[in-house]
Amino acid sequence: MALLEVDNLSKAFGGVMAVQNVSFAVERGLVYSVIGPNGAGKTTLFNLITGVYTPTEGDIRLDGQSIAGAAPHELAVKGMARTFQNLQICMNMTALENVMVGAHLQLDRNLVRSMLRFPGIARRDRELKEEARELMRFVGLQSYWNLDASSMPYGALKRLEIARALAAKPQILFLDEPASGLNSKETAEIDELVRKVADNHVTVVLVEHDMKMVMNISDRILVLDYGKKLTEGSATEVRENPDVIAAYLGSNV
Amino acid sequence: MNALKRHCALMFLAGVLLLLPLALPNNYYYDIAIHMAINAIIVLGLNLLIGFAGQISLGHAGFIGIGAYASAILPTHFGWHPIFAMVAGAAMASAIAAIVARPIFRLKGHYLAMATLGLGIIIAIVIKNEAAYTGGPDGMPVAALGLMGFSISGEKQWYWVLAVMLLFSFWAAQNLIDSPFGRALRALHGSEVAAQVMGVDIVRYKAAIFVLSAFFASLMGSVTAHYVGFVAPNIADFFHSIELMIMVVIGGMASIYGSLIGAVLLTALPQALSTFEGWETVAYGSILLLCMIFMPKGLVPTLAARFGRNDQEEH
Repeated sequence: MALLEVDNLSKAFGGVMAVQNVSFAVERGLVYSVIGPNGAGKTTLFNLITGVYTPTEGDIRLDGQSIAGAAPHELAVKGMARTFQNLQICMNMTALENVMVGAHLQLDRNLVRSMLRFPGIARRDRELKEEARELMRFVGLQSYWNLDASSMPYGALKRLEIARALAAKPQILFLDEPASGLNSKETAEIDELVRKVADNHVTVVLVEHDMKMVMNISDRILVLDYGKKLTEGSATEVRENPDVIAAYLGSNV
Repeated sequence: MNALKRHCALMFLAGVLLLLPLALPNNYYYDIAIHMAINAIIVLGLNLLIGFAGQISLGHAGFIGIGAYASAILPTHFGWHPIFAMVAGAAMASAIAAIVARPIFRLKGHYLAMATLGLGIIIAIVIKNEAAYTGGPDGMPVAALGLMGFSISGEKQWYWVLAVMLLFSFWAAQNLIDSPFGRALRALHGSEVAAQVMGVDIVRYKAAIFVLSAFFASLMGSVTAHYVGFVAPNIADFFHSIELMIMVVIGGMASIYGSLIGAVLLTALPQALSTFEGWETVAYGSILLLCMIFMPKGLVPTLAARFGRNDQEEH
Protein backbone atom coordinates (compact mmCIF):
# COMPACT_ATOMS: atom_id res chain seq x y z
CA MET A 1 0.00 0.00 0.00
CA ALA A 2 1.25 3.44 -0.87
CA LEU A 3 1.93 5.85 1.99
CA LEU A 4 -0.16 8.62 0.49
CA GLU A 5 -3.07 8.08 -1.86
CA VAL A 6 -4.98 10.91 -3.46
CA ASP A 7 -8.27 10.01 -5.14
CA ASN A 8 -10.15 12.27 -7.56
CA LEU A 9 -9.30 15.31 -5.52
CA SER A 10 -11.02 18.59 -6.50
CA LYS A 11 -11.07 22.07 -5.06
CA ALA A 12 -13.26 24.87 -6.32
CA PHE A 13 -12.81 28.52 -5.36
CA GLY A 14 -16.15 29.92 -6.43
CA GLY A 15 -16.37 28.97 -10.08
CA VAL A 16 -12.66 28.31 -10.52
CA MET A 17 -11.54 24.69 -10.31
CA ALA A 18 -8.05 25.11 -8.85
CA VAL A 19 -7.59 21.36 -8.62
CA GLN A 20 -9.73 18.99 -10.67
CA ASN A 21 -9.98 15.20 -10.32
CA VAL A 22 -6.36 14.67 -9.44
CA SER A 23 -5.34 11.16 -8.40
CA PHE A 24 -1.92 9.84 -7.55
CA ALA A 25 -0.10 7.70 -5.01
CA VAL A 26 3.21 8.27 -3.28
CA GLU A 27 5.21 5.19 -2.32
CA ARG A 28 7.12 5.11 0.92
CA GLY A 29 10.69 6.41 0.86
CA LEU A 30 10.49 8.15 -2.51
CA VAL A 31 11.06 11.73 -3.57
CA TYR A 32 7.85 12.63 -5.37
CA SER A 33 7.69 15.94 -7.21
CA VAL A 34 4.74 17.97 -8.39
CA ILE A 35 5.48 20.35 -11.24
CA GLY A 36 3.49 22.51 -13.59
CA PRO A 37 3.35 26.03 -15.00
CA ASN A 38 2.40 28.95 -12.73
CA GLY A 39 -1.18 28.67 -11.54
CA ALA A 40 -1.36 24.96 -12.27
CA GLY A 41 -2.67 24.24 -8.76
CA LYS A 42 0.45 22.83 -7.14
CA THR A 43 0.29 24.86 -3.95
CA THR A 44 -3.48 24.35 -3.75
CA LEU A 45 -2.87 20.62 -3.98
CA PHE A 46 -0.36 20.90 -1.14
CA ASN A 47 -2.75 22.95 0.97
CA LEU A 48 -5.48 20.36 0.42
CA ILE A 49 -3.30 17.45 1.46
CA THR A 50 -1.84 19.24 4.49
CA GLY A 51 -5.25 20.35 5.78
CA VAL A 52 -4.96 24.08 5.13
CA TYR A 53 -7.87 23.82 2.66
CA THR A 54 -10.83 21.43 2.75
CA PRO A 55 -11.34 19.47 -0.49
CA THR A 56 -14.52 20.11 -2.46
CA GLU A 57 -14.51 16.50 -3.59
CA GLY A 58 -12.36 13.39 -3.45
CA ASP A 59 -10.40 11.57 -0.82
CA ILE A 60 -6.88 11.63 0.61
CA ARG A 61 -5.51 8.64 2.50
CA LEU A 62 -2.38 8.51 4.62
CA ASP A 63 -1.36 4.97 5.57
CA GLY A 64 -4.78 3.81 4.36
CA GLN A 65 -6.67 6.19 6.66
CA SER A 66 -8.79 8.94 5.16
CA ILE A 67 -7.46 12.37 6.13
CA ALA A 68 -9.51 14.59 3.81
CA GLY A 69 -10.75 17.66 5.69
CA ALA A 70 -8.65 16.99 8.81
CA ALA A 71 -7.12 20.06 10.49
CA PRO A 72 -3.36 20.65 10.11
CA HIS A 73 -2.67 19.95 13.78
CA GLU A 74 -4.42 16.59 13.49
CA LEU A 75 -2.32 15.71 10.45
CA ALA A 76 0.84 16.59 12.34
CA VAL A 77 -0.09 13.85 14.82
CA LYS A 78 -0.19 11.40 11.89
CA GLY A 79 3.37 12.25 10.92
CA MET A 80 2.89 14.92 8.30
CA ALA A 81 5.14 17.98 8.14
CA ARG A 82 5.54 20.74 5.61
CA THR A 83 7.33 23.92 4.67
CA PHE A 84 5.85 26.96 2.97
CA GLN A 85 6.52 28.71 -0.29
CA ASN A 86 6.06 32.09 1.39
CA LEU A 87 8.06 31.57 4.56
CA GLN A 88 6.14 30.87 7.76
CA ILE A 89 8.90 31.39 10.31
CA CYS A 90 8.07 32.64 13.80
CA MET A 91 10.02 35.88 13.69
CA ASN A 92 9.41 36.54 17.40
CA MET A 93 11.61 33.57 18.33
CA THR A 94 15.20 32.48 17.91
CA ALA A 95 16.25 30.11 15.16
CA LEU A 96 16.76 27.32 17.69
CA GLU A 97 13.34 27.89 19.26
CA ASN A 98 11.73 27.68 15.84
CA VAL A 99 13.25 24.23 15.41
CA MET A 100 12.20 23.28 18.95
CA VAL A 101 8.58 24.14 18.14
CA GLY A 102 8.80 21.47 15.47
CA ALA A 103 9.06 18.83 18.19
CA HIS A 104 5.89 20.14 19.87
CA LEU A 105 3.99 16.86 19.76
CA GLN A 106 6.76 14.84 21.38
CA LEU A 107 6.78 17.04 24.49
CA ASP A 108 4.87 17.45 27.74
CA ARG A 109 2.49 20.36 27.09
CA ASN A 110 0.61 20.30 30.38
CA LEU A 111 -0.03 23.87 31.55
CA VAL A 112 0.32 23.29 35.30
CA ARG A 113 3.40 21.09 35.01
CA SER A 114 4.97 23.71 32.69
CA MET A 115 4.33 26.54 35.16
CA LEU A 116 5.81 24.56 38.04
CA ARG A 117 8.65 23.44 35.80
CA PHE A 118 8.51 19.76 36.65
CA PRO A 119 11.97 18.17 36.44
CA GLY A 120 10.91 16.05 33.46
CA ILE A 121 10.08 19.13 31.40
CA ALA A 122 13.37 20.86 32.13
CA ARG A 123 15.35 17.71 31.35
CA ARG A 124 13.50 17.02 28.10
CA ASP A 125 13.99 20.66 27.07
CA ARG A 126 17.73 20.38 27.54
CA GLU A 127 17.84 17.22 25.41
CA LEU A 128 15.63 18.89 22.83
CA LYS A 129 17.97 21.87 22.58
CA GLU A 130 20.77 19.45 21.72
CA GLU A 131 18.60 17.66 19.14
CA ALA A 132 17.54 20.98 17.62
CA ARG A 133 21.17 22.08 17.37
CA GLU A 134 21.96 18.77 15.68
CA LEU A 135 19.16 19.37 13.15
CA MET A 136 20.43 22.86 12.44
CA ARG A 137 23.84 21.34 11.76
CA PHE A 138 22.14 18.80 9.46
CA VAL A 139 20.60 21.56 7.33
CA GLY A 140 23.79 23.61 7.45
CA LEU A 141 22.72 26.36 9.86
CA GLN A 142 25.12 25.64 12.72
CA SER A 143 26.37 29.23 12.73
CA TYR A 144 22.88 30.64 13.30
CA TRP A 145 21.56 28.69 16.24
CA ASN A 146 21.67 31.47 18.80
CA LEU A 147 20.32 34.13 16.45
CA ASP A 148 16.86 35.61 16.20
CA ALA A 149 14.98 34.28 13.22
CA SER A 150 14.26 37.90 12.23
CA SER A 151 17.96 38.59 11.70
CA MET A 152 18.59 35.64 9.38
CA PRO A 153 18.94 35.88 5.60
CA TYR A 154 16.25 34.48 3.32
CA GLY A 155 18.19 31.43 2.19
CA ALA A 156 18.90 30.42 5.78
CA LEU A 157 15.22 30.79 6.71
CA LYS A 158 14.31 28.40 3.90
CA ARG A 159 16.54 25.79 5.48
CA LEU A 160 15.31 26.66 8.96
CA GLU A 161 11.82 25.66 7.84
CA ILE A 162 13.16 22.29 6.74
CA ALA A 163 14.93 21.81 10.08
CA ARG A 164 11.74 22.69 11.94
CA ALA A 165 9.72 20.25 9.86
CA LEU A 166 12.30 17.52 10.48
CA ALA A 167 12.15 18.14 14.23
CA ALA A 168 8.62 16.72 14.10
CA LYS A 169 10.17 13.39 12.96
CA PRO A 170 7.66 13.16 10.11
CA GLN A 171 7.05 10.10 7.97
CA ILE A 172 6.12 12.33 5.07
CA LEU A 173 7.51 15.79 4.39
CA PHE A 174 5.96 18.31 2.00
CA LEU A 175 8.35 20.91 0.63
CA ASP A 176 6.66 23.81 -1.12
CA GLU A 177 9.25 25.37 -3.45
CA PRO A 178 12.25 25.00 -1.15
CA ALA A 179 14.52 26.58 -3.76
CA SER A 180 12.35 29.53 -4.79
CA GLY A 181 14.20 32.82 -4.55
CA LEU A 182 17.57 31.12 -4.08
CA ASN A 183 20.63 31.48 -6.30
CA SER A 184 22.07 28.47 -8.10
CA LYS A 185 24.61 27.69 -5.37
CA GLU A 186 21.96 27.77 -2.66
CA THR A 187 19.65 25.69 -4.86
CA ALA A 188 22.35 23.06 -5.22
CA GLU A 189 22.66 22.98 -1.43
CA ILE A 190 18.90 22.49 -1.01
CA ASP A 191 19.05 19.78 -3.67
CA GLU A 192 21.69 17.98 -1.63
CA LEU A 193 19.73 18.52 1.58
CA VAL A 194 16.52 17.03 0.14
CA ARG A 195 18.48 14.01 -0.96
CA LYS A 196 19.94 13.64 2.54
CA VAL A 197 16.44 13.84 4.01
CA ALA A 198 15.19 11.15 1.64
CA ASP A 199 18.18 8.97 2.56
CA ASN A 200 16.97 9.17 6.16
CA HIS A 201 13.78 7.32 5.13
CA VAL A 202 11.51 10.35 5.08
CA THR A 203 9.14 10.35 2.14
CA VAL A 204 9.43 13.71 0.41
CA VAL A 205 6.76 15.38 -1.68
CA LEU A 206 8.15 18.39 -3.51
CA VAL A 207 6.71 21.31 -5.41
CA GLU A 208 9.47 23.07 -7.27
CA HIS A 209 10.06 25.29 -10.26
CA ASP A 210 13.74 24.60 -10.62
CA MET A 211 13.64 21.88 -13.29
CA LYS A 212 17.27 20.92 -12.92
CA MET A 213 16.69 20.16 -9.27
CA VAL A 214 13.42 18.31 -9.90
CA MET A 215 14.89 16.15 -12.64
CA ASN A 216 17.90 15.44 -10.47
CA ILE A 217 16.30 14.22 -7.30
CA SER A 218 12.80 13.01 -8.10
CA ASP A 219 11.92 9.33 -8.22
CA ARG A 220 8.54 10.17 -9.69
CA ILE A 221 7.05 13.35 -11.08
CA LEU A 222 3.43 14.48 -11.32
CA VAL A 223 2.70 17.18 -13.88
CA LEU A 224 -0.27 19.48 -13.32
CA ASP A 225 -1.73 21.93 -15.80
CA TYR A 226 -4.80 24.08 -15.19
CA GLY A 227 -5.59 22.05 -12.06
CA LYS A 228 -5.64 18.75 -13.93
CA LYS A 229 -3.21 15.89 -13.97
CA LEU A 230 -1.29 16.00 -17.21
CA THR A 231 0.92 13.00 -16.68
CA GLU A 232 2.96 11.12 -14.13
CA GLY A 233 6.17 9.18 -14.43
CA SER A 234 9.92 9.11 -13.99
CA ALA A 235 12.08 12.10 -14.89
CA THR A 236 12.89 10.72 -18.34
CA GLU A 237 9.29 9.85 -19.12
CA VAL A 238 8.08 13.28 -18.12
CA ARG A 239 10.82 15.10 -20.00
CA GLU A 240 9.94 13.29 -23.23
CA ASN A 241 6.17 13.57 -22.89
CA PRO A 242 4.86 15.81 -25.71
CA ASP A 243 1.95 17.10 -23.55
CA VAL A 244 4.41 18.35 -20.94
CA ILE A 245 6.51 20.08 -23.53
CA ALA A 246 3.35 21.64 -24.96
CA ALA A 247 2.20 22.85 -21.54
CA TYR A 248 5.52 24.47 -20.76
CA LEU A 249 6.61 25.74 -24.14
CA GLY A 250 3.37 25.80 -26.12
CA SER A 251 2.69 23.38 -28.96
CA ASN A 252 3.16 24.03 -32.62
CA VAL A 253 0.01 22.39 -33.91
CA MET B 1 16.31 33.99 28.70
CA ASN B 2 18.56 31.17 29.74
CA ALA B 3 18.27 29.37 33.06
CA LEU B 4 21.01 31.35 34.77
CA LYS B 5 19.59 34.73 33.81
CA ARG B 6 16.17 33.56 34.83
CA HIS B 7 17.36 32.65 38.30
CA CYS B 8 19.35 35.88 38.65
CA ALA B 9 16.34 37.99 37.68
CA LEU B 10 14.13 36.17 40.15
CA MET B 11 16.71 36.46 42.93
CA PHE B 12 17.01 40.15 42.22
CA LEU B 13 13.24 40.55 42.44
CA ALA B 14 13.20 38.61 45.72
CA GLY B 15 15.97 40.84 47.07
CA VAL B 16 14.09 43.99 46.12
CA LEU B 17 10.90 42.71 47.73
CA LEU B 18 12.83 41.78 50.87
CA LEU B 19 14.61 45.12 51.21
CA LEU B 20 11.81 47.37 50.03
CA PRO B 21 10.11 47.64 53.47
CA LEU B 22 13.29 49.35 54.76
CA ALA B 23 12.63 52.13 52.28
CA LEU B 24 8.90 52.41 52.89
CA PRO B 25 8.41 55.17 55.49
CA ASN B 26 4.72 54.66 56.25
CA ASN B 27 1.52 52.82 55.42
CA TYR B 28 0.76 55.13 52.52
CA TYR B 29 3.81 53.82 50.68
CA TYR B 30 3.01 50.25 51.67
CA ASP B 31 -0.41 50.78 50.17
CA ILE B 32 1.09 51.91 46.88
CA ALA B 33 3.50 48.96 46.87
CA ILE B 34 0.60 46.55 47.45
CA HIS B 35 -1.38 48.02 44.57
CA MET B 36 1.70 47.80 42.38
CA ALA B 37 2.06 44.10 43.20
CA ILE B 38 -1.62 43.40 42.56
CA ASN B 39 -1.46 45.20 39.22
CA ALA B 40 1.81 43.51 38.30
CA ILE B 41 0.29 40.04 38.72
CA ILE B 42 -2.79 40.94 36.65
CA VAL B 43 -0.65 42.61 33.99
CA LEU B 44 1.62 39.58 33.88
CA GLY B 45 -1.35 37.34 33.13
CA LEU B 46 -2.57 39.79 30.53
CA ASN B 47 0.89 40.01 28.97
CA LEU B 48 0.96 36.23 28.54
CA LEU B 49 -2.23 36.63 26.50
CA ILE B 50 -1.42 39.86 24.65
CA GLY B 51 2.35 39.97 24.41
CA PHE B 52 3.27 36.32 24.11
CA ALA B 53 0.23 34.71 22.48
CA GLY B 54 -0.60 37.82 20.42
CA GLN B 55 -4.29 37.86 21.35
CA ILE B 56 -6.20 40.68 22.99
CA SER B 57 -8.63 41.20 25.84
CA LEU B 58 -10.29 44.56 26.38
CA GLY B 59 -12.57 43.16 29.04
CA HIS B 60 -10.11 41.87 31.57
CA ALA B 61 -11.40 44.05 34.39
CA GLY B 62 -14.59 41.99 34.15
CA PHE B 63 -12.68 38.98 35.50
CA ILE B 64 -11.21 41.09 38.27
CA GLY B 65 -14.75 42.15 39.10
CA ILE B 66 -15.92 38.54 39.26
CA GLY B 67 -13.22 37.69 41.79
CA ALA B 68 -13.76 40.83 43.83
CA TYR B 69 -17.52 40.41 44.01
CA ALA B 70 -17.32 36.67 44.70
CA SER B 71 -15.18 37.52 47.73
CA ALA B 72 -17.64 40.21 48.74
CA ILE B 73 -20.95 38.46 48.10
CA LEU B 74 -20.39 34.82 49.03
CA PRO B 75 -19.16 35.41 52.62
CA THR B 76 -21.62 38.29 53.29
CA HIS B 77 -24.81 36.86 51.83
CA PHE B 78 -24.18 33.13 51.99
CA GLY B 79 -21.78 32.75 54.89
CA TRP B 80 -19.01 31.12 52.82
CA HIS B 81 -15.47 31.01 54.11
CA PRO B 82 -13.51 33.76 52.28
CA ILE B 83 -10.97 31.26 50.94
CA PHE B 84 -13.73 29.16 49.36
CA ALA B 85 -15.29 32.34 48.02
CA MET B 86 -11.97 33.31 46.44
CA VAL B 87 -11.59 29.87 44.86
CA ALA B 88 -15.20 29.92 43.68
CA GLY B 89 -14.66 33.35 42.10
CA ALA B 90 -11.54 32.18 40.29
CA ALA B 91 -13.34 29.03 39.16
CA MET B 92 -16.25 31.08 37.87
CA ALA B 93 -14.01 33.55 36.02
CA SER B 94 -12.09 30.62 34.49
CA ALA B 95 -15.32 28.86 33.53
CA ILE B 96 -16.72 31.98 31.84
CA ALA B 97 -13.40 32.50 30.04
CA ALA B 98 -13.37 28.84 28.93
CA ILE B 99 -16.96 28.95 27.67
CA VAL B 100 -16.55 32.12 25.62
CA ALA B 101 -13.01 31.26 24.45
CA ARG B 102 -14.02 28.71 21.80
CA PRO B 103 -16.24 31.08 19.83
CA ILE B 104 -14.29 34.31 20.36
CA PHE B 105 -10.83 32.96 19.54
CA ARG B 106 -12.05 32.12 16.07
CA LEU B 107 -12.04 35.89 15.69
CA LYS B 108 -8.93 37.96 15.08
CA GLY B 109 -7.74 41.53 15.52
CA HIS B 110 -10.47 44.14 15.80
CA TYR B 111 -13.23 41.56 15.97
CA LEU B 112 -11.60 39.80 18.89
CA ALA B 113 -11.10 43.16 20.60
CA MET B 114 -14.81 43.93 20.17
CA ALA B 115 -15.89 40.53 21.51
CA THR B 116 -13.72 40.80 24.64
CA LEU B 117 -14.83 44.39 25.12
CA GLY B 118 -18.44 43.24 25.02
CA LEU B 119 -17.76 40.49 27.52
CA GLY B 120 -16.20 42.95 29.98
CA ILE B 121 -19.07 45.38 29.61
CA ILE B 122 -21.66 42.66 30.21
CA ILE B 123 -19.96 41.66 33.46
CA ALA B 124 -19.72 45.31 34.55
CA ILE B 125 -23.42 45.89 33.83
CA VAL B 126 -24.48 42.77 35.74
CA ILE B 127 -22.47 43.95 38.75
CA LYS B 128 -23.98 47.44 38.60
CA ASN B 129 -27.56 46.23 38.23
CA GLU B 130 -27.78 43.30 40.64
CA ALA B 131 -27.98 45.78 43.50
CA ALA B 132 -29.65 43.31 45.84
CA TYR B 133 -26.41 41.33 45.99
CA THR B 134 -23.74 43.76 44.86
CA GLY B 135 -24.92 47.02 46.40
CA GLY B 136 -25.20 48.48 42.90
CA PRO B 137 -23.21 51.63 42.18
CA ASP B 138 -22.57 52.14 45.90
CA GLY B 139 -20.53 48.98 46.19
CA MET B 140 -20.36 46.84 49.32
CA PRO B 141 -18.05 46.10 52.24
CA VAL B 142 -15.91 42.96 52.23
CA ALA B 143 -15.10 40.76 55.24
CA ALA B 144 -11.50 40.32 56.33
CA LEU B 145 -9.57 37.40 54.90
CA GLY B 146 -8.98 34.76 57.56
CA LEU B 147 -6.57 31.88 57.21
CA MET B 148 -6.77 29.10 59.81
CA GLY B 149 -7.59 31.42 62.68
CA PHE B 150 -5.26 34.24 61.60
CA SER B 151 -6.75 37.10 59.74
CA ILE B 152 -4.64 39.11 57.34
CA SER B 153 -4.96 42.75 58.17
CA GLY B 154 -2.91 45.89 57.91
CA GLU B 155 -0.62 47.00 55.11
CA LYS B 156 2.49 45.24 56.44
CA GLN B 157 0.91 41.78 56.51
CA TRP B 158 -0.63 42.25 53.11
CA TYR B 159 2.70 43.41 51.73
CA TRP B 160 4.33 40.08 52.58
CA VAL B 161 1.39 38.07 51.27
CA LEU B 162 1.61 39.92 47.98
CA ALA B 163 5.40 39.72 47.84
CA VAL B 164 5.13 35.92 47.97
CA MET B 165 2.34 35.88 45.37
CA LEU B 166 4.30 38.18 43.08
CA LEU B 167 7.43 36.10 43.29
CA PHE B 168 5.50 32.91 42.67
CA SER B 169 3.67 34.39 39.66
CA PHE B 170 6.85 35.63 38.03
CA TRP B 171 8.58 32.33 38.65
CA ALA B 172 5.62 30.42 37.15
CA ALA B 173 5.28 32.77 34.18
CA GLN B 174 8.97 32.45 33.34
CA ASN B 175 8.72 28.68 33.57
CA LEU B 176 5.71 28.69 31.32
CA ILE B 177 7.29 30.87 28.65
CA ASP B 178 10.37 28.68 28.60
CA SER B 179 8.40 25.43 28.27
CA PRO B 180 6.98 23.63 25.23
CA PHE B 181 3.61 25.17 26.10
CA GLY B 182 5.09 28.67 26.09
CA ARG B 183 6.93 28.08 22.84
CA ALA B 184 3.69 26.93 21.24
CA LEU B 185 2.05 30.18 22.40
CA ARG B 186 4.80 32.33 20.97
CA ALA B 187 4.82 30.25 17.78
CA LEU B 188 1.12 30.84 17.15
CA HIS B 189 1.79 34.54 17.63
CA GLY B 190 4.59 34.35 15.06
CA SER B 191 2.70 32.27 12.49
CA GLU B 192 -0.61 30.57 13.16
CA VAL B 193 -0.38 28.33 10.13
CA ALA B 194 3.16 27.19 10.98
CA ALA B 195 2.13 26.46 14.57
CA GLN B 196 -0.83 24.41 13.35
CA VAL B 197 1.28 22.44 10.95
CA MET B 198 3.64 21.63 13.83
CA GLY B 199 0.67 20.14 15.70
CA VAL B 200 -0.38 23.10 17.84
CA ASP B 201 -4.15 23.18 18.30
CA ILE B 202 -4.21 26.98 18.22
CA VAL B 203 -7.74 27.57 19.50
CA ARG B 204 -7.03 25.32 22.48
CA TYR B 205 -3.84 27.19 23.32
CA LYS B 206 -5.43 30.62 22.98
CA ALA B 207 -8.29 29.44 25.18
CA ALA B 208 -5.92 27.99 27.78
CA ILE B 209 -3.92 31.19 28.15
CA PHE B 210 -7.10 33.28 28.20
CA VAL B 211 -8.45 31.10 31.03
CA LEU B 212 -5.16 31.35 32.90
CA SER B 213 -5.07 35.13 32.67
CA ALA B 214 -8.74 35.31 33.75
CA PHE B 215 -7.86 33.10 36.71
CA PHE B 216 -5.00 35.40 37.75
CA ALA B 217 -7.23 38.45 37.32
CA SER B 218 -10.05 37.00 39.41
CA LEU B 219 -7.68 35.95 42.18
CA MET B 220 -6.23 39.44 42.31
CA GLY B 221 -9.74 40.87 42.31
CA SER B 222 -10.45 38.85 45.46
CA VAL B 223 -7.20 39.99 47.02
CA THR B 224 -7.99 43.63 46.23
CA ALA B 225 -11.47 43.27 47.72
CA HIS B 226 -10.16 41.78 50.97
CA TYR B 227 -7.26 44.20 51.22
CA VAL B 228 -9.33 47.33 50.61
CA GLY B 229 -12.28 45.95 52.58
CA PHE B 230 -14.70 47.40 50.06
CA VAL B 231 -15.67 46.84 46.44
CA ALA B 232 -17.23 49.26 43.98
CA PRO B 233 -18.34 48.48 40.42
CA ASN B 234 -15.60 50.59 38.83
CA ILE B 235 -13.21 47.69 39.55
CA ALA B 236 -14.85 45.86 36.62
CA ASP B 237 -15.29 48.75 34.22
CA PHE B 238 -13.82 49.36 30.82
CA PHE B 239 -11.39 52.04 32.00
CA HIS B 240 -9.78 49.62 34.39
CA SER B 241 -9.27 47.19 31.47
CA ILE B 242 -7.67 49.95 29.44
CA GLU B 243 -5.41 50.94 32.32
CA LEU B 244 -4.11 47.36 32.55
CA MET B 245 -3.67 47.22 28.81
CA ILE B 246 -1.58 50.42 28.94
CA MET B 247 0.62 48.84 31.62
CA VAL B 248 1.28 45.87 29.33
CA VAL B 249 2.15 48.08 26.38
CA ILE B 250 4.28 50.63 28.27
CA GLY B 251 6.15 47.93 30.18
CA GLY B 252 6.77 45.94 27.04
CA MET B 253 4.79 43.29 25.20
CA ALA B 254 6.14 39.77 25.50
CA SER B 255 8.43 40.83 28.32
CA ILE B 256 7.95 39.18 31.71
CA TYR B 257 9.66 41.94 33.64
CA GLY B 258 8.09 44.55 31.41
CA SER B 259 4.81 43.60 33.09
CA LEU B 260 6.33 44.43 36.46
CA ILE B 261 7.87 47.71 35.34
CA GLY B 262 4.71 48.78 33.52
CA ALA B 263 2.55 48.06 36.56
CA VAL B 264 4.96 49.75 39.00
CA LEU B 265 5.39 52.91 36.93
CA LEU B 266 1.78 53.39 35.96
CA THR B 267 0.56 52.72 39.49
CA ALA B 268 3.01 55.28 40.84
CA LEU B 269 2.52 57.85 38.10
CA PRO B 270 -0.91 59.20 39.11
CA GLN B 271 0.36 59.53 42.68
CA ALA B 272 3.47 61.36 41.54
CA LEU B 273 1.43 63.61 39.29
CA SER B 274 -1.08 64.55 41.96
CA THR B 275 0.93 67.74 42.57
CA PHE B 276 -0.12 68.99 39.12
CA GLU B 277 -3.63 69.66 40.45
CA GLY B 278 -6.13 69.57 37.64
CA TRP B 279 -3.49 68.89 35.02
CA GLU B 280 -2.55 65.37 36.07
CA THR B 281 -4.63 63.72 33.35
CA VAL B 282 -2.96 65.86 30.71
CA ALA B 283 0.49 65.08 32.12
CA TYR B 284 -0.38 61.37 32.35
CA GLY B 285 -1.55 61.31 28.75
CA SER B 286 1.47 63.21 27.49
CA ILE B 287 3.86 60.83 29.22
CA LEU B 288 2.10 57.84 27.67
CA LEU B 289 2.21 59.50 24.27
CA LEU B 290 5.93 60.21 24.53
CA CYS B 291 6.62 56.67 25.71
CA MET B 292 4.86 55.24 22.69
CA ILE B 293 6.55 57.59 20.25
CA PHE B 294 10.07 57.00 21.53
CA MET B 295 9.73 53.45 22.84
CA PRO B 296 7.07 51.73 20.76
CA LYS B 297 8.22 48.32 21.96
CA GLY B 298 7.78 49.29 25.59
CA LEU B 299 10.27 50.19 28.30
CA VAL B 300 11.95 46.90 29.11
CA PRO B 301 12.51 45.57 25.57
CA THR B 302 13.76 49.01 24.41
CA LEU B 303 16.18 49.41 27.29
CA ALA B 304 17.29 45.79 27.06
CA ALA B 305 18.05 46.24 23.36
CA ARG B 306 19.95 49.45 24.06
CA PHE B 307 22.14 47.77 26.63
CA GLY B 308 22.97 44.93 24.33
CA ARG B 309 20.99 42.06 25.75
CA ASN B 310 17.49 41.52 24.63
CA ASP B 311 15.49 39.94 27.37
CA GLN B 312 12.71 38.86 25.07
CA GLU B 313 14.90 37.32 22.44
CA GLU B 314 16.96 35.13 24.67
CA HIS B 315 14.28 33.09 26.34
